[in-house]
Amino acid sequence: MTFLAKPKVRHPSLPKNSLGLTRRDYEGSMSTLCAGCGHDSITAAVIEACWGLALEPQNLVKLSGIGCSSKTTAYFVGGGHGFNSVHGRMPSIAMGANAANRDLTYIGVSGDGDTLSIGLGQFCHAIRRNLNMLYIIENNGVYGLTKGQFSASADVGTQAKRGEVNRQPPIDPVLLALTLGAPFVARSFSGDKQQLVPLIQAGIRHRGFAMIDVLSPCVTFNDHEGSTKSYAYAREHYDPAVNADFVPFAREITADYSAGESLPIVMHDGSRIVLKKIAPDYDPTDRIAAMAKIQAGMRRQEFLTGMLYLGRGDREFHDLNEMPQTPLNAIPYGQLTPGSKGLDKILARFR
Amino acid sequence: MEPTNTGHPDYFHKVVDCQWACPAHTDVPEYIRLIAQGRFTDAYLVNRKSNVFPGILGRVCDRPCEPACRRTRVEEKPVAICRLKRVAADQRDDVTPLLPKVPQLKNGKRIACVGAGCASLTVANDLLPLGYEITMFEQWGQAGGLMRTNIPSFRLPAQVLNEEIAMIVDRGVDLQLGARIESMQKLLSDGGFDAVFVGTGAPKGKELDLPGRKEGTANIHVGIDWLESLAFGHVDSIGKRVLIIGVGNTAMDCCRSSLRLGAADVKVMARKPRQYFKASAWELEDAEEERVEIVVNHSPRRFVLENGRLTGMVFDVLEYELDAAGRITSERVLREEFIAADDVILAIGQENAFPWIERDLGIEFDVWDVPKVDVKTFQSTRAGVFFGGDSAFGPKNIIWAVEHGHQAAISIHNHCQGKALDVRLAPGVNLQSRKMGMHEWSYANDYNPAERRLMPHVSLKERFKKIDIEVELGFTAEQVVAEVQRCLNCDVQTVFAAKLCIECDACIDICPVDCLTMTPNGTETELRGRLKAPATNLTQALYVSEPLKFTQRVMVKDEDLCVHCGLCAERCPTAAWDMQKSTIQWPHAVDGTEADQKAQPRVA
Repeated sequence: MTFLAKPKVRHPSLPKNSLGLTRRDYEGSMSTLCAGCGHDSITAAVIEACWGLALEPQNLVKLSGIGCSSKTTAYFVGGGHGFNSVHGRMPSIAMGANAANRDLTYIGVSGDGDTLSIGLGQFCHAIRRNLNMLYIIENNGVYGLTKGQFSASADVGTQAKRGEVNRQPPIDPVLLALTLGAPFVARSFSGDKQQLVPLIQAGIRHRGFAMIDVLSPCVTFNDHEGSTKSYAYAREHYDPAVNADFVPFAREITADYSAGESLPIVMHDGSRIVLKKIAPDYDPTDRIAAMAKIQAGMRRQEFLTGMLYLGRGDREFHDLNEMPQTPLNAIPYGQLTPGSKGLDKILARFR
Repeated sequence: MEPTNTGHPDYFHKVVDCQWACPAHTDVPEYIRLIAQGRFTDAYLVNRKSNVFPGILGRVCDRPCEPACRRTRVEEKPVAICRLKRVAADQRDDVTPLLPKVPQLKNGKRIACVGAGCASLTVANDLLPLGYEITMFEQWGQAGGLMRTNIPSFRLPAQVLNEEIAMIVDRGVDLQLGARIESMQKLLSDGGFDAVFVGTGAPKGKELDLPGRKEGTANIHVGIDWLESLAFGHVDSIGKRVLIIGVGNTAMDCCRSSLRLGAADVKVMARKPRQYFKASAWELEDAEEERVEIVVNHSPRRFVLENGRLTGMVFDVLEYELDAAGRITSERVLREEFIAADDVILAIGQENAFPWIERDLGIEFDVWDVPKVDVKTFQSTRAGVFFGGDSAFGPKNIIWAVEHGHQAAISIHNHCQGKALDVRLAPGVNLQSRKMGMHEWSYANDYNPAERRLMPHVSLKERFKKIDIEVELGFTAEQVVAEVQRCLNCDVQTVFAAKLCIECDACIDICPVDCLTMTPNGTETELRGRLKAPATNLTQALYVSEPLKFTQRVMVKDEDLCVHCGLCAERCPTAAWDMQKSTIQWPHAVDGTEADQKAQPRVA
């Protein structure tokens, strides 16, 4: 962290998006995370992504639970709506908010503790319901806020700052999400904004549950030799498989994608994700094959990143439940509830 | 690109834009911080070391530093550097005990300074502590040169001038007043001097040879001569309607002086449109505040006389065609126009003149009849004869004359010690961390959005009552407090150690002005285009690091917009970024040569 808020002064030629806002207008309050925390880089990537999409700040909902990661939501898009829930219960809050107003954009930020330990059940059910949101896991393998104990994502054999070795196998959020049928599964690294920013943009625009597991080194408790989630380890074992390029609806694809190497996928709002294969034999549209590749990579201690799986045509929560197009909070109360007479009728059916 | 060599004395010097722009390389941010701490005397001494006349320059300097100020790149107006200098001068204690000691025992070398203006005084200031005996010849009854004769006292009070001159003269200069040198030959043969320094300024006002000039001479004045007469009390009135020809700083002094002598209608006549005016913006502002009318596109044609008395002037009214870049491509005369006037003052420039230097002394003159002077050593073609100030390369300003004096003093010192003139100490740079603790720096690093303070003036009613009422009142204490915080501390440099960097992006995310990028290396032109914010200001360097250890990318910093807030260093987990004060060592005569430095190490 710094002891000063980032001053308002800015580069005079900073570009503006279609709303006339600069990147600086998407910032939040001053970060109190440790200097060098990966989470702050992810914050910067979210800011960049939201600015690039020209999201209207008032249409953004930022949700989080408890932990270092969950502080992040305060640091981007100060003009959005925010909610810090009870530990691990962010998906429930997201669920409720999304059910009430489907027109807003939902970004949940959680950590490996918040998602894979205390909130694991909530996480699984959010995927099962295919909640339309972007769920970012800032994954550093330790409980930073309580001084660096191993979390559920710590790898076998990884060493804590004081030398103890972890012996329990990790829960991998990517494999878990794939198993549960998540339609958008990605992994990235806080130190690679070129990869991360388009993934976030695609995740925001994707209809349904989009999960990005972002390796985000804990500079204070997990950035030493022997750690498998340090900056140095991540740089060494970093292995992009499929990069995504997000192309907003209005923009023409101008880059030259050689056939077979890239795969444009049109999203529901007309924007496109262009998948660029880096590993030649990786197929990001085949769930089973993707799972096999990821597991094989893990065995070789390779850290596969990018747009790891992108399914098509999945029905999100509102479709599954045949909800009206109008957000529930915009429907008049009388229409939304059956009233006492209506309730009597319903109850009569069960008598 | 190759990694930047931050050890080069010019690299960080250029980042301190004000210091780089200042001919005498005054350490501006340092003295502003001292003012912020209330250490006015120290601030004064920092100034005095390089510019010698902080009280004078704090009022009338040409301020090359202010247009250069980095602040203008992130907001509208520069830091009021000049006005803050005045604060240090006005609030200081007695500095005489703190000035370099002049030895009782002299070194046996005698130097003659011709003229007692800023250049000569600087030479004396630099050479006195080294044991030289200085004899200064001044044609008038008071020292000060053009600072006294050409700058009216409502801008520069005599007391300020006297004090700062006394600081030099009273330390042992043999000042000969009313001693105009009529022959260089006589001075060289009879004086017994080891070196002669000519600092006679540019005392000749340019003439305007138009019909009627001779006949109307009683009411047509040459600007700098007229100001001189005014300074010595030989003039105490002027007609009601006055025309000033020319629109430089002398014209501004003439028009404002005229108002104080009783003129009611003063017009400054300019040949060209406003963007071509030579006068400093603030002097134009001050003149216009006093209701001086500035008339553009009027070219003087002839003086008009009736019964042998000047009644006005006829001008050609011009129209210009400009190209897209604002340059004049053609001009044409629309009509003639008569403007009535009781007096006309010519302020169209000045020249140096050397009727007193014989042309057979080995001092060569060029085709414009000005002496050939070496731009680095300030020596003429005759060994031991030096020129400086306006007399060397024509009219510039006080701060340039001071720097000429410093450089000439080094040459004179070398000359008298039998050393080659071009063996001069090179500038140096010293870097020292400003880190005090986790997030503590020994400077106020937060960006302060305060706007430039406005100088309070004596009311328009009051100021004309006497000729010597200083118009500018100086900053109030509250204004000083606000203004000092506008300085961006450009001398506290961001210094990067590539081997410590873990490439976490923390600095890049926090930089408020997007001046940092980690990227694969490339050529300069190509790199400038693909930074986080394109680096379009080619006058500002790119700071390129050694390759980073994980990805072999380089850290690139565009020096252009950095506000030196230190957030990159505050957020860096490995202290790869550090904030270090760069102290530029700009050598003066007292520093000697490199050999002297080695023989006698000095502690900074």
